[in-house]
Amino acid sequence: MSNEPTQQIYDSTAPSTEDRDARMGQGVDARMNSKLREAFGASPFILTKFDQFMNWVRGSSMFMLQFGIACCSIEMIHSYAIKHDMDRFGAGVPRASPRQADVIIVPGTIVSKFGPRMKRVYDQMPEPKFVVGMGSCTISGGPFQEGYNVVKGAEEIIPVDIHVPGCPPRPEALIYGVAKLQERIANGESSPVVVKPYELEQFGDLPQDELVQKLADQIDEDDLVMRYNWSDSP
Amino acid sequence: MSTGLEPVDGDLEGSEADLASLIGDRALERDDHVNAPGFVIRPDDVQDVLFDLRDRAGFDYLSCVTAQQYEDRYESIYHLKKYDDPTQEVSVVVPTSTDNPVSQTAEPVYRAADWAERENFDLVGIDYEGHPDPRRILLPETWQGHPLSLDYNQEKPQMVTLAEHANPLKGDTKDTETDTMFLNIGPHHPATHGVLHVKAVLDGETVVDVDPDIGYLHRCEEQMCQQGTYRHQIMPYPDRWDYVSAGLLNEWAYARAVEDLADIEVPEYAQVIRTLGAELCRIAAHMLALGTFCLDVFGDFNAVFQYAFRDREVVQDILEDLTGQRLMFNYFRLGGVAWDLPEPREDFFEKTRDFLDGLPRKISEYEDLVVTNEIFQIRCVDTGILKPEVAKSYGATGPTARGSGIDMDLRRDDPYGYYENLDWDVITEDGMDNYSRVLVRMGEVEESAKIIEQCIDLLEDWPEDDREIQSNVPRTLKPDADTEVYRGVEAAKGELGIYIRSDGTDKPGRFKIRSPCFHNLSTLPVMTQGEYIADLIASLGSLDIVLGEVDR
Repeated sequence: MSNEPTQQIYDSTAPSTEDRDARMGQGVDARMNSKLREAFGASPFILTKFDQFMNWVRGSSMFMLQFGIACCSIEMIHSYAIKHDMDRFGAGVPRASPRQADVIIVPGTIVSKFGPRMKRVYDQMPEPKFVVGMGSCTISGGPFQEGYNVVKGAEEIIPVDIHVPGCPPRPEALIYGVAKLQERIANGESSPVVVKPYELEQFGDLPQDELVQKLADQIDEDDLVMRYNWSDSP
Repeated sequence: MSTGLEPVDGDLEGSEADLASLIGDRALERDDHVNAPGFVIRPDDVQDVLFDLRDRAGFDYLSCVTAQQYEDRYESIYHLKKYDDPTQEVSVVVPTSTDNPVSQTAEPVYRAADWAERENFDLVGIDYEGHPDPRRILLPETWQGHPLSLDYNQEKPQMVTLAEHANPLKGDTKDTETDTMFLNIGPHHPATHGVLHVKAVLDGETVVDVDPDIGYLHRCEEQMCQQGTYRHQIMPYPDRWDYVSAGLLNEWAYARAVEDLADIEVPEYAQVIRTLGAELCRIAAHMLALGTFCLDVFGDFNAVFQYAFRDREVVQDILEDLTGQRLMFNYFRLGGVAWDLPEPREDFFEKTRDFLDGLPRKISEYEDLVVTNEIFQIRCVDTGILKPEVAKSYGATGPTARGSGIDMDLRRDDPYGYYENLDWDVITEDGMDNYSRVLVRMGEVEESAKIIEQCIDLLEDWPEDDREIQSNVPRTLKPDADTEVYRGVEAAKGELGIYIRSDGTDKPGRFKIRSPCFHNLSTLPVMTQGEYIADLIASLGSLDIVLGEVDR
């Protein structure tokens, strides 16, 4: 040890790599010290916008809602299962409860009876939430478009971020759609939430027309209803 | 004591003359269908005639109840068959007036009529007098009009409620003293295999009452088929009824009905390809049934589920080679199939054989994981009991019926395709429980593999100049007006039947789908009342329903 204090001080502030090596420990453990860690060097900090960081996190760890409706859900299950394994993209943990999910894949035809229920499930998800519409039925009603009971696309009821066309789309197509969604989320883009043609309303708030008067003794004033104006549908 | 399995002792044979004398004066006139003799009776004679046909002539199986509206009348048709010999059929036609469409219910004779008549009321608008539960079944209670009646206006607005359910802590069964709890399962629930809503009333953990609420996937399949032309526009829809890769089995139901209606021949070579494809579909469908059933009883995405989907991927690959699609095949054509086996044929055969060679090892793997698993047995043995006489009364078919010891399989009993020339067995189990139904499905996978193997042998040796894949079918098919046919095939879940009435145009006048899942699901209350709530989930899983087919 040197007896000269200045020299001691000089040595201690030298920009050396010793500190980094000390911090990284003897014999680099390949598992713990990633390339990223090495690149950060002595100061393991990066500067980024918090927003950007959060978006990156959101996109890289998506909890999907386990939501099966129709034919497309079979291909959706295949995307989660062996071979296609959507977990590779950080999007493979289906949650049974909407309260734990942040992405909902709508895999199938929405019919009148299911519309209000889907709206309710969507409303139960915490913000920020994203929607992938899977298959032609969620775009326009698909092959069932002319049906008396079929809602002409999921977008009539909830906002949709990504549409995956096909009847049904292959698992590869769904995974591409999810990857595109991740890209959008990482860039901070999402679809605007606007009022949709079909909303849940209290029965008492509806304008008094023929249909409302006919149903007045069947439905309570505070009951939630969804009114389908089929003639206005695309 | 009757087990419900021995043949019904009718004092009559099923011959047409016998039936005519049995019905006697009650028959107003004859209205024969392509598949069966038909007798027109008065709306207040329904129970009388059906009781006679059931108890004296042995027609113990109400296969389908069709309803339709003509310009001048409504009509209900009861398609009766026998479980012992499904080729013996009779149709009972019940016309009612347009102003007052009221007909006597058949529910006391066949429990299967309960749901079937509710559906007819819902979609066509016939009232069944004396029906114990005259509610809508597929459409919401607040729906206006009956969509398959002639004067229905599709443009009119409709209203659907999101009813807040009763306070779950309040007793709401009939007896206010009981301490019961009302529980909604679904329509969005991982264990309901789709969008099924089960209203359950529980006493502690015991199920007191169950009411399956369906219609969350009612996609107007019958309307879609009535709007399409026979030749090409209808065939894509059957794929979407039972959508768990069972597409070719469904397409066969439609193809068989129209081929009988319009008298179309199918070349033998095409029949072998059809048989091959259909059995591949059956394997894929049963694999999904097994995988999701294990999901229900073990919970979470477990090994069996992943294995089952691994095997489904292989089958789907083979089917994609054959048909060009993974899931919605659209491969059958009236009078044959769309195209021949993929070239090079050797590769296709080799791929399929590889799959079949690997199958026994996989099945023994499933046996280790599932069938011999103690936990699995505790969950499934002696739960969800479905007695054969109950199953028959509800019109249960397929693995659900065969798990209760009912030895009926249309592939053998009402042969079509190439099945009668092949060597295979019908699997039945006597356990009547959830376990038996799983065993039946696993056994059927092995039998299907046997059938596929024989089909491949046949196709390999088929002379090259005799590979006719389609017979000559007119470009625009117009069957004679007022011909009616009801035909069923053995789909993955049971008898999938189609009723078609032609009206002289190139589109069907009435297209009715008899869904096996619909009738199998109606047995759920009987199976689960008095059992634990956990067994309700297992029983629902073992019925292997597909909501696309239940709701159509």
